[in-house]
Amino acid sequence: MTYTFNFEALLPHWEQFVQGCLLTLRLSAVSVLIGLGVGLVAVLSKRSSSPALRWAAQSYIEVIRNTPFLVQVLFIFFGLPSLGISFTPNTAAVLALSLNLGAFSAEIIRTGIESVPRGQFEAGAALGLSRFQTFRHIVLKPALRTIYPSLAGQFVMLLLTTSIVSSISAEELTSVAQNIDSATFRSFEVYIVTALLYLAMSMVFATAFKAIDRLLFSYPTK
Amino acid sequence: MIRDFTLTEFWVIAHGLWATLLLSAVAFVGGGLAGLGVALARTSSVRTLRWAAGLFIDFFQGTPMLLQLFLVFYGLPVLGLKLNVWVAAAAGLTLHAGAYLGEIWRGGIQAVPGGQTEAASALGLGWWARMRCVVLPQALRMSFAPTVGFLVQLIKGTSLAAIIGFVELSRSGQLVSSVTYKPLLAFGLVAACYFAICFPLSRFSVRLERRLALPA
Repeated sequence: MTYTFNFEALLPHWEQFVQGCLLTLRLSAVSVLIGLGVGLVAVLSKRSSSPALRWAAQSYIEVIRNTPFLVQVLFIFFGLPSLGISFTPNTAAVLALSLNLGAFSAEIIRTGIESVPRGQFEAGAALGLSRFQTFRHIVLKPALRTIYPSLAGQFVMLLLTTSIVSSISAEELTSVAQNIDSATFRSFEVYIVTALLYLAMSMVFATAFKAIDRLLFSYPTK
Repeated sequence: MIRDFTLTEFWVIAHGLWATLLLSAVAFVGGGLAGLGVALARTSSVRTLRWAAGLFIDFFQGTPMLLQLFLVFYGLPVLGLKLNVWVAAAAGLTLHAGAYLGEIWRGGIQAVPGGQTEAASALGLGWWARMRCVVLPQALRMSFAPTVGFLVQLIKGTSLAAIIGFVELSRSGQLVSSVTYKPLLAFGLVAACYFAICFPLSRFSVRLERRLALPA
């Protein structure tokens, strides 16, 4: 059996592909911003003095990290409405992606904070800096430098994870591809193009993040 | 007709759990073999091999796993094979795992001090004996914790096979949810099953990381 590829059938749909990429980028950007906020709150809760808060943060992180993203999306989109909380597909997608990134980034941020030696905090205090000043001027940059590569990797991972929200028909590249697929019946070609578009996007971001790393954090440490 | 959440529904989910475990095992074993090849190719002295393995890794790490499954699923008929979700899911996950494990083990192989390879060569060991008896045992030991970590990722990843119609844990959750109209219970139970498998493995991975960490 021989298969004849027909990529020309997809040409009339190029604008939809572009639109899909833009939707995916927007969804990722929004989820990264909210997710980082969630992650920061989770870390602060985990380091708080209240045991209940610590336990809640720890449970949140472990549950999200040890269950599949697909199940989280389905739970939020199909499960929560039976408790009277319902979302549109796009809102559910942002919520699921943010909660997911929040748990993974919390662990990354925690290792960053723990990577700064205690002596640095003490040195700040000895110089008469307030706790905020110590954090802002002494701890923040080396901590960021430590976590930056993992955090950047997590962002690229999130960009790829967004494809899963097509299962609740939220708007992004994969669901756009599924529409083009059902309009053209050229499934294999459609998904080759889609996969290459994701590849291009993730490579552009990986390269950009690396360049930023070199620009901001390449100072000598010794 | 709306069905109650009875023992039958539990059985459907238990059956799905079994399929998830089976699919994960197949993908992990297949991916382990593929990954070994990828890691050896990536660290080989032949430039073409290194380049090809690099391309393979970049593709699978730079595209969504869901798209990889779609490509295998719709690609099988192109190769003249019959459409079969078991084959598509197992093949897609194997390729995915091969790329990730290959990259993890490449790191392990490169972390083995060069003196080990040189010493083995000086003793007259050929490439295969050098790899099998000297380099790989040390490399795999160092990569053990991230390997278990990836296994967790792979088990969670098998859920995507549900989207191409493979009935595993997530899909059986969807089925039960749609006949009983109890999505909270169905997906909660499914999530609990995944958690019960993945949480101990994650813990194990963290413990390994501490125990096997080489003194700095």
